[in-house]
Amino acid sequence: MTALNYADIGDVVPTVTGEHAMASDANATTDLLVGRLDRRQFLKLTGLVGGGLMLSFTMPRAFGNSAALQPNGYIKIDATGILIYAKNPEIGQGVKTSLPMIVAEELDAAWEDVEVVQSTIDQSLYGVQFAGGSMSIPMNWDALRRSGATARAMLLGAAAKRWGVEPSSISTRDSHVIHAARGRKLAYTELAAEAAAMPVPNPQSLTLKKRDQFRLLGKRITGVDNEALVRGEPLFGIDQTLPGMKYAVYQKCPAIGGKVASANLDAIKAMPGVRDAFVLEGNGNAGELLPGVAIIADNTYSAIQAKRALKVEWDESDASKDSWSHAKAEAERLRHGSGPQVVNTGDVDAAFASGANRASGFYTYHFVSHATLEPQNCTAWFKDGKLELWAPTQTPAQGIGSAAKVVGISPSNVTLHQLRCGGGFGRRLYNDFTCEAAAIAKRAGVPIKLQWTREDDMAYDLYRAGGFHQMDGAVDDDGKITGWRDRFITFTNDGSRPVSGGGIHPGVFPAGLVDNVRVEQTALPWSNRCAAWRAPGSNVFGFVVQSFLDELAHAAGRDSLEVLLEVLGEPRQMGRRGMHTGRAAGVVKLAAKEAGWGRELSDGHGMGVAFYYSHAGHIAEVAEVSVNQKQVNVHKVTVAADVGPIVNLSGAENQMQGSVVDGLSTMTGLSVTFENGRVQQSNFDRYPMLKMPSTPEVAVHFVDSDYPPTGLGEPALPPLAPAVCNAIFAACGHRIRTLPISEEGFSLA
Amino acid sequence: MDLKVNGELRSLGDIDPQTPLLWVLRDELGLVGTKFGCGISQCGACTVLVDGQAVKSCSYPVSTVGNAAVTTVEGLAGSDGSLNAVQQAWVDLDVAQCGYCQAGQIMAAEALLRAKPNPGDDDIDQAMAPNLCRCGTYIRIREAVKVAAATRRSAAEASDAAE
Repeated sequence: MTALNYADIGDVVPTVTGEHAMASDANATTDLLVGRLDRRQFLKLTGLVGGGLMLSFTMPRAFGNSAALQPNGYIKIDATGILIYAKNPEIGQGVKTSLPMIVAEELDAAWEDVEVVQSTIDQSLYGVQFAGGSMSIPMNWDALRRSGATARAMLLGAAAKRWGVEPSSISTRDSHVIHAARGRKLAYTELAAEAAAMPVPNPQSLTLKKRDQFRLLGKRITGVDNEALVRGEPLFGIDQTLPGMKYAVYQKCPAIGGKVASANLDAIKAMPGVRDAFVLEGNGNAGELLPGVAIIADNTYSAIQAKRALKVEWDESDASKDSWSHAKAEAERLRHGSGPQVVNTGDVDAAFASGANRASGFYTYHFVSHATLEPQNCTAWFKDGKLELWAPTQTPAQGIGSAAKVVGISPSNVTLHQLRCGGGFGRRLYNDFTCEAAAIAKRAGVPIKLQWTREDDMAYDLYRAGGFHQMDGAVDDDGKITGWRDRFITFTNDGSRPVSGGGIHPGVFPAGLVDNVRVEQTALPWSNRCAAWRAPGSNVFGFVVQSFLDELAHAAGRDSLEVLLEVLGEPRQMGRRGMHTGRAAGVVKLAAKEAGWGRELSDGHGMGVAFYYSHAGHIAEVAEVSVNQKQVNVHKVTVAADVGPIVNLSGAENQMQGSVVDGLSTMTGLSVTFENGRVQQSNFDRYPMLKMPSTPEVAVHFVDSDYPPTGLGEPALPPLAPAVCNAIFAACGHRIRTLPISEEGFSLA
Repeated sequence: MDLKVNGELRSLGDIDPQTPLLWVLRDELGLVGTKFGCGISQCGACTVLVDGQAVKSCSYPVSTVGNAAVTTVEGLAGSDGSLNAVQQAWVDLDVAQCGYCQAGQIMAAEALLRAKPNPGDDDIDQAMAPNLCRCGTYIRIREAVKVAAATRRSAAEASDAAE
């Protein structure tokens, strides 16, 4: 183990899984989302300071500008137009479009009249601002609706006053207040100054639209940045340029925890284009600043050339010695003995003793990397005791707090500009790159852009941990599942808690659904940093439990769909925070129907079904594949989702398709391995992501429902791998128990 | 050294001729639409056109360009600022998620359509295969290439008819 402190990269990511339920009112939604999460950790993640969990359900202060209607932080209407502020980082899930759409709906603004602007980071106006846990929509749904309704009420009031009529006799539509009885109307922009003088109503007193009154929500709306994107405008963190800016790179020890013993700094400083080179000691925090050598140059190419020429002697006495092959051998040993229990209901041993049929299997999944296509980077300027950051981060407030700590100033002296992120997937929840840029900028005295190379990005990720599950189950004479045991072997960074995304929770499937269930969890020590990766926990547990359910269905000689529906049982809410089995069965049946489950398939073809509940989303997927000599052709994936009403149909569908492709890419050939503390893969040549020719047809079906909407960044990913693996079994009789499937010799056609 | 980029001759001054075109575009010329992804021609985020051919600018020394004309994503729109057919299809179909790979995807699509105005599904898959999309927007990229191809063909027919 290293001497580093891993506390800040522990279980900081709020996950909405297992025992988390849907709730109808705002406060309960907050509770739902924060859920079982340790409150201290939540504050750390979101960078909230002060007293309670000040979420944006509290309507923030109004502004004093008399010419503009600005009843809250989300809206500014004046004579020139309607601005709506997007509060959260855009990392690819479309929230810069969908969150403002929610405001515009209740404001009754025509979407083409709205200009969307990325907001500043301001807790007093916006509450928590971050992108993670598929939470942007559910956490902000109520507050954004009420913010739009507030402005609308003030516009109505202003028009009523001007016309001398009752507010109830007039209405709004398409950015106008309308007095139908007299055939007159006024644009919001004309009314803005008068509306600004109206009293701000209590947001809780406002009547919100019913779903059938929505005019914007549920439509297909193209992303607000799309035109700038296709013109190549500088939207991303990596695109920022400042006058006098220099270009920095940072070399850390290939085995995490290593320190700089010596380096050829003089030779580096003599290279063309190089301005400076120096050692940073690091601050001992695994999530902030690791030791290394910084190089500052006139351009990125000179910086990268110098980094290649850099020779560092590392002190690896405290460095990682992580070894995947050693971990695998340990897991092989541990799977034969019992471990600490997370779940123990009924009598598993008795169920196994009396079962008519048994199944068992040892499941393994490898570590994977986030591999955001935009490598980590941050532009920083330290001047006169103040720090300014241009950062592609999922957690801007935390970025401010940790950078302030690293350079030794107050967070109030840090300004962070949130910029579009070239992918997140959980990687940019952690601000190590922001801390590095801050520390380098402080020393450099000029604005710098820190650029990680792809090799840096793969070597210093916070990985999705690998894991191992010895699965055992029993079915009775009727083919009903009576016993289930999951002996889970995971990893720990701090010697006690499982890594984030590597801890099984008591609500894990099928706890509460099958009578006799035991889940055990043992953690192996691990130095390389592990953390949240799209649908943390669920992205691997889904594979194991939904594959093993299929194994038990086959052991019972029964249809997999029938067994899945039988396990889900009668429609009911699983605890206050769990899934609703009726919604679950609903999506399973819908996916099966749309995919044509049970129809006759060609030779070599097979279908597989899987369901998983995560991030408050109920999602089922059916895959149809054919297999020839271990070459898998995924013909079609049918997805059914129940996530409440859809905000932006285009964005929602894109997330579902993308989650399927990401899931397929990852399960097929992605793996990072470690030996002697070092990551063995350095670039995309050894981390082969899925390409267009292997992309299947994806059909997406949403269930219309009145539940409050939940997020779609993550929950469609977990069911993909088990659906495909179950289909592979149906097609060729080979049970995949290792991800990626390349480990079992399979590949995509 | 000079470089012909998006119809303009740009002076590069005293630059290391081995500098990859990518970094010349981004750091020296301020054309940051072209993206850095891997540095070893494995992802296509840095795709630009050199005399109409798609190249990976991260592994293309600037000295290799010579007198050829470089086109980046910033150079696709018309002189009046209107989006070209590929760009418009990308907007209309809401292709992007994070959007980071899309400049490279658009340039690869542009190269394909210049060479093959009426590409079949296999042509599209083959031409676009070098370009990774971490978010998995391939389904929409495929569709957008087809839409852009149809738009260009109908524009070409209209222009033929007018002559």
